[in-house]
Amino acid sequence: MTIATSTELICFLILGTVVILGAIGVVLLSNIVYSAFLLGGVFMAVAGIYLLLNASFVAAAQVLVYVGAVNVLILFAIMLVNKREDLKPIEGLRLRKFLSGGVCFGLLALLIRVDISTPWAIPGPPAIGEKATERIGEHLFTDYLLPFELASVLLLMAMIGAIVLARRDVLLTDVGTGDSVDQGLIEKTTNPLLVDKSTP
Amino acid sequence: MIPPAPVLLALAAPGLDLELSFSQAMQGLGLSAQLAHILWLPLPMLLVLVAAVIGVLVTVWLERKISAAAQQRIGPEYAGALGILQPMADGLKLLVKEDVIPARADALLFTLGPVLVLIPVILSWLIVPFGQNLLISNVGIGIFLWISLSSIQPIGLLMSGYASNNKYSLLGGLRAAAQSISYEIPLALSVLAIVMMSNSLSTVDIVQQQNTAGLLSWNVWRQPIGFLIFWICALAECERLPFDLPEAEEELVAGYQTEYAGMKFALFYLGSYINLILSALLVSVLYLGGWGFPIPVEWLASLLGQSIDSPFVQVFTGSMGIMMTIIKAYLLVFLAILLRWTTPRVRIDQLLDLGWKFLLPISLVNLLFTAALKLAFPLAFGG
Repeated sequence: MTIATSTELICFLILGTVVILGAIGVVLLSNIVYSAFLLGGVFMAVAGIYLLLNASFVAAAQVLVYVGAVNVLILFAIMLVNKREDLKPIEGLRLRKFLSGGVCFGLLALLIRVDISTPWAIPGPPAIGEKATERIGEHLFTDYLLPFELASVLLLMAMIGAIVLARRDVLLTDVGTGDSVDQGLIEKTTNPLLVDKSTP
Repeated sequence: MIPPAPVLLALAAPGLDLELSFSQAMQGLGLSAQLAHILWLPLPMLLVLVAAVIGVLVTVWLERKISAAAQQRIGPEYAGALGILQPMADGLKLLVKEDVIPARADALLFTLGPVLVLIPVILSWLIVPFGQNLLISNVGIGIFLWISLSSIQPIGLLMSGYASNNKYSLLGGLRAAAQSISYEIPLALSVLAIVMMSNSLSTVDIVQQQNTAGLLSWNVWRQPIGFLIFWICALAECERLPFDLPEAEEELVAGYQTEYAGMKFALFYLGSYINLILSALLVSVLYLGGWGFPIPVEWLASLLGQSIDSPFVQVFTGSMGIMMTIIKAYLLVFLAILLRWTTPRVRIDQLLDLGWKFLLPISLVNLLFTAALKLAFPLAFGG
């Protein structure tokens, strides 16, 4: 065994362990902030696995999108509403845990079944390495054009929804409570109190 | 995160392969080829780490001296000639200070935060070229690697802000992360315009494409708007004045690093200065021709009657290339320091307005305009 292959194997084992243990930790840890940070670690480890598979562009995109955008947004959301409150005990929690665990194990069994029954071509097609970026671009603008554009429309819809929710002044009633919005308060937020522009 | 690409650090000359000669020297001592390779691997990384730390020491000294000059003071004077050892003294002081972890803080995340801020910045040095083959790894995704690595930093900021268990730290961390995220988008868009012109993400290709006619072919002439956007965003990413709101040392409680002391604080400090030098290096790579001379080397060589391929010329241009990169980068660092001591700070709403309502649309228009120019004049804009 040469140095390159043994290094690859060691890296794969470490990354695989990090992914599995980290993912279990994300689900089982009671502190939600720890879960969010661990999720970032899991995303990084997945990016490392992509690197081992010679897909450096996908790895970098994984880090940029999942760690840099998704995980940071999750953290933002958690930290902006970080209320330490004791949650009310939910009825039938044990049954619910059992049911969701059953669903997860069913999914795992399904995936293992697919993994075993599919005739994988070993070794797979040769990695194209640095050419991958161009190939991904070609695919995005030819045969995957429709999904690509649909995804952008979906993102646009989500963005407009977020703007509508954030800008309460376009709504007459509060989205959460259903009460009518205090228009006077909105007036004040649009005119900063600290800067008086009327005085010359 | 280091891709399994061959790590090379050799001069441009075909006869000067440093790795090969190192490996031969090691084998001469009776080691196997594989062991020699393993011994070689950490050397370029160590070299870059040392270069980065020395760069930080120089920048700290420059900052002290230039700020003193801007305020008509003398600045550090007694530690070494012209106070040149002052940054060393600062570093040593931080090194031997007591390492305090606040009683109610989250010790694990508190320790991990500064590390997460520093590591992506140092990893980004992988792609900075000081010459044709003078970089740690010529990865094909080059500049994209830097963009994705720099997006990890906000997590470290949020982590240290949260773990300090201090409301000012948390607010500072949130502000720093918000600023970093909002300025990343125009930054990436202006880089995209460059990538479109040079048809490659690799930093080496980007520099080579600029070095056809010396000074005149630098990207700054083809992308003046992109250059300004990139520089503004780089300053904002480094949290330098006029965008140092997360810190705002004169007015506010000092943001996410309020509770930090000793070496952990030094990691933040080091990270921000390494990031500043890295940004300056990348501006010089993307817009100012990297290791290229203002006058093309081929012209100079033919003027002096020397062959461009002769070993002497190769070594000379190689070392001059390193000098050019460093000179350009330090000119930009000088500009950043001068800006810090002469400009007022923007307010947080002005900061976000500038990022989202001004820089983002302008960089989008710049990208579209570059695409149009590339189609219309493929000769000048890299067809």
